[in-house]
Amino acid sequence: MSSSEAVAARDLTVRYDDFTALADATVTVHFGEALGVVGPNGSGKSTLLKAFAGLLTPSSGELSVLGTQPHRLPPGSIAYVPQIEAVDWSFPATVWDVVAMGRFPRLPFWRRFGAQDRVVVGRALEAVKMESLAKRHIAHLSGGQQQRVFVARAIAQEPRLLLLDEPTTGVDAATEEALRQLVRELVAGGMPVVMTTHDLERVDEWFDRLLVLDRRVLAVGKPDEVAASGIYAAIREHTHTHGHLRTDHEAHEAHATHPEVRP
Amino acid sequence: MSFDALVEPFHYAFMQRAFVAALAVGILCSTMGTYVVLRRLSFIGDGIAHASFAGIVIAYLRGANFYIGAAVVAVVTALGIGFVSRRGRISLDTTIGVLFTGMFALGVFLMSRQRSYAVDLQSFLFGDILSVQPQDLWLILGLSAIVAATVVAVFRGLLYTSFDPVVAQASGIDAPVYEYVLLVMLALTIVVALQAVGIVLVAALLVTPAAAAYQLTSRFAPMMALAALFGAFSTVGGLYLSYYLRASSGATIVLLATLTFFVAVGSKYSGRLSARRS
Repeated sequence: MSSSEAVAARDLTVRYDDFTALADATVTVHFGEALGVVGPNGSGKSTLLKAFAGLLTPSSGELSVLGTQPHRLPPGSIAYVPQIEAVDWSFPATVWDVVAMGRFPRLPFWRRFGAQDRVVVGRALEAVKMESLAKRHIAHLSGGQQQRVFVARAIAQEPRLLLLDEPTTGVDAATEEALRQLVRELVAGGMPVVMTTHDLERVDEWFDRLLVLDRRVLAVGKPDEVAASGIYAAIREHTHTHGHLRTDHEAHEAHATHPEVRP
Repeated sequence: MSFDALVEPFHYAFMQRAFVAALAVGILCSTMGTYVVLRRLSFIGDGIAHASFAGIVIAYLRGANFYIGAAVVAVVTALGIGFVSRRGRISLDTTIGVLFTGMFALGVFLMSRQRSYAVDLQSFLFGDILSVQPQDLWLILGLSAIVAATVVAVFRGLLYTSFDPVVAQASGIDAPVYEYVLLVMLALTIVVALQAVGIVLVAALLVTPAAAAYQLTSRFAPMMALAALFGAFSTVGGLYLSYYLRASSGATIVLLATLTFFVAVGSKYSGRLSARRS
């Protein structure tokens, strides 16, 4: 693995019981690069992110994240931003409280939550334009605001790798644009970013490279090059007409019956 | 009622011990209850309490300290739950339903073969805080101190994993370890509370004060502090009331906690105590 590679996956396969969610995926992510991951529902996009985050153990293949296996990294190295449905938003916490959690991985219990931590949390809130809502209870947020809180928490963590799971799904246009600018700023600062998306518009404005996934890597390259290939067009066409691509009916049912694989 | 009559309960050494035990149990249960409510562990708490009955009876029949017997079974049970919930292929509900009622039945079975069956069973099921001995009190205070120190040490990790275990795990916080630590603390808390309110009512003391606090606060630490306050009020106040009402202390404690809960719900909706969830 060269020093410019933040993530190097080789023939990565993830199986749940006898169902293969991801097969022989070879993917690299460089520092200072945003990699977009597109594909139909159940194509293994979330599985790929979770494997990178160390949340899933690959069944076979090699995976190196920031030079080692994900679970061997020092706390705080990887920031994973899940879809907002992943948590209970009635939890007793304010916007500030949730973003402050981003500091916890690097904060041993004997150390106080200090002035420096507060500065970082404040900056993270500014970065997603949520500083005015810092004291608001999280139950009283729109979907877009919840997504911004999650991203702010990830930034407050000061990670070395940022993984975003469909952050633009169900958010308002202002949030989407704020997130896009933020991702581009982070990437300009050298951060490696991997992001899954359903939204095939403007992929060239979001990403440096695009990966098309359907449980296998179908294509990878510059967004416009991938766009020129038929695979991308097929997904694009199908996404516009049916919401997702699915040619293989049986495989689709296999996904639907497996709760681990979120569409 | 004269002042002398009001302080009468405090004249007796056994009542003094009972009040100290009630205070410790109230604070401890409701502090842990904050996690029980937010992580939806009330069924697990109930299960641990019932399962530990087998340990109590075995210790009792062998003339050992019943806290030890209960603690061993409760901790083993809690670790078992943690394992099943991560690795198991049977649902946790089913496991608790089958195993814990089985353990409870084993306790009743062993106990029913003794002569003084009815009296002793009653005190285990519904608690007998008036019979707390000096050495029991030291055990209660010691276990409370251990659990309290652990809560302080794992506070941030437990908070993060209670809200978002997956992201916490990805960021390098070992969520399963925190879950096991929490379950062991929960088991010890339940054992401490058994003598005060008994097996049947212990789940109420874990859930009710924290649920009341949840109605009135919008942040985690204030919720925990308010839960502890409600818990202490319920146990100490319930014990005090039970003296004059000549009623079961465990039942009075739980009823007072229940009343606190409905007052909290009422004041939330009437807006008298602003919920501050703005």
